[in-house]
Amino acid sequence: MTLGAVRPYVAIVSARFRMLLQYRAAAIAGLWTQIVFGLVILGIFEAFFRSTTRAHPMTFAQIVSYVWLGQALLGMLPWNADAEVRAMVRSGAVAYELCRPVDLYGLWYARALAWRTAPTVLRAVPMCAIASIGLPLIGLDEWRLVAPPSVASAVAFASTLACTLLLGCALTTLINITLLWTISGEGIVILTTTLVTFLSGMIVPVPLFPDWAKPIVQALPFAGLVDFPFRVYTGHIPPQATVWVVQHQLLWTAALVILGRWLLSRGLRRIVVQGG
Amino acid sequence: MDALPLYGRYVAISLRAQLDYRASFVMQAAGQFLVTGLEFVGIWTLFRRFGAIKGWTLEEVALFYGMISMTYAVAEAIARGFDTFGNMVKYGEFDRILLRPRSTVLQLFGQELTLRRIGRLAQGAVVLAYALSTLHGVWSVERIALLVLAVVGGVCMFVGLIILQATSAFWTTESLEVWNAFTYGGVTMSQYPLSIYRPWFRRFFTFVIPLACINYFPGVAILDRPDPLGTAVAFQWLAPLAGPMFLLIALQVWKLGVRHYQSTGS
Repeated sequence: MTLGAVRPYVAIVSARFRMLLQYRAAAIAGLWTQIVFGLVILGIFEAFFRSTTRAHPMTFAQIVSYVWLGQALLGMLPWNADAEVRAMVRSGAVAYELCRPVDLYGLWYARALAWRTAPTVLRAVPMCAIASIGLPLIGLDEWRLVAPPSVASAVAFASTLACTLLLGCALTTLINITLLWTISGEGIVILTTTLVTFLSGMIVPVPLFPDWAKPIVQALPFAGLVDFPFRVYTGHIPPQATVWVVQHQLLWTAALVILGRWLLSRGLRRIVVQGG
Repeated sequence: MDALPLYGRYVAISLRAQLDYRASFVMQAAGQFLVTGLEFVGIWTLFRRFGAIKGWTLEEVALFYGMISMTYAVAEAIARGFDTFGNMVKYGEFDRILLRPRSTVLQLFGQELTLRRIGRLAQGAVVLAYALSTLHGVWSVERIALLVLAVVGGVCMFVGLIILQATSAFWTTESLEVWNAFTYGGVTMSQYPLSIYRPWFRRFFTFVIPLACINYFPGVAILDRPDPLGTAVAFQWLAPLAGPMFLLIALQVWKLGVRHYQSTGS
């Protein structure tokens, strides 16, 4: 692909990015809510860990990082459909999208990239600052987010997180495409919310799942959204194993992109534009 | 006093409107059941891994969980009008409410009775039934009465919280989402017995936002076990009264807010 071919997508990402950064007050309110939420969850985990002396698949310190990263990066998870795409499908404005001289899948994927990063950056940076520097100041040393154990882990985390974004956007785009069939999209959205939050490890970290369930959950694409990158961060997955994680994420991304493109071409063949 | 029949009319209209989109309603209710159901599967997973939490079993925790889940489902359903109040102020629609010869509180309660919350209510009922069927000796009339009292008190308290959140819109023209920390966070906190948390945390949810009074304290009395925090049994039975008291205070603050109201004029 030449540089000129990429330019429209870059423009889409940056325009959406600037628009989404406007909602500062909502971001601060969301930040506060998620910090309180993180504190409640850590209170519960701490009580569980203090109830037994047995060794567990994860240490409490690793859980703490897992929980804070989850709260900080929540916006990156593909747990809902793009409200604007939904409105477009409903009102019939999606027809305009078809007139644009760019590939529709690429357009929607670019939209998803901006939508999954702009609010997340706005939230994740202050969130991590408070979780790592703020909490010790109020006497919550054990609940603070600590840095990765080594530079290698940090680098590995950065690369897996980039793949998480690609994977998450492939899923988001797929959800958006299903709106062409269901219009309101409620059923699909509820189903994906449930699958993504539970199977990614967002509710309970995957290492704490029953042993029989772990291989199944880790083979599915959702573990690549939360569980793998967060465990790479804490060193629970050693940096040497990152190649395998990235492979898993990219293979699933490719599969979901192919599926999405196929569904989109089928959907467009039978599309009925609503409204006049 | 024609307030109750009028509220009945409001509710009937709201329900009919929601049932017009039957498929959508069924999907959303089933979705809520599924999502909150998986949340409980998460708790089950943790108990499988850790065995117990500070001396509490899964069956006991299920009682607290079921109570708060049902409480919150009902509160969210009836106080929906206050939940979306921020937009009403933003678009100047509250002026219309003020012009009508009925109280603002009644009209806002009458905005909507959210039917889809039935999904969460059912999920809470299932978990509660599981708790009651596994625990011994909770099937006395007094304890069931206390259970009902706790849920009713809890509904009052959460409705009070949602009203306080709405009231903040009088000053900020936008519903302050910061209250979600206390509602959502409070629900998650209440799913486990209060005694598992750190002291500062327990104090906050006992004295500042007294959610412990409508969940933990009556729950301990229903379970008929000594409270690790050492409260008296009589207190545990009276604690749910904090709910209606909280609601009364919230309504006073609301009145203050209404007096302070300035239309956005749009």
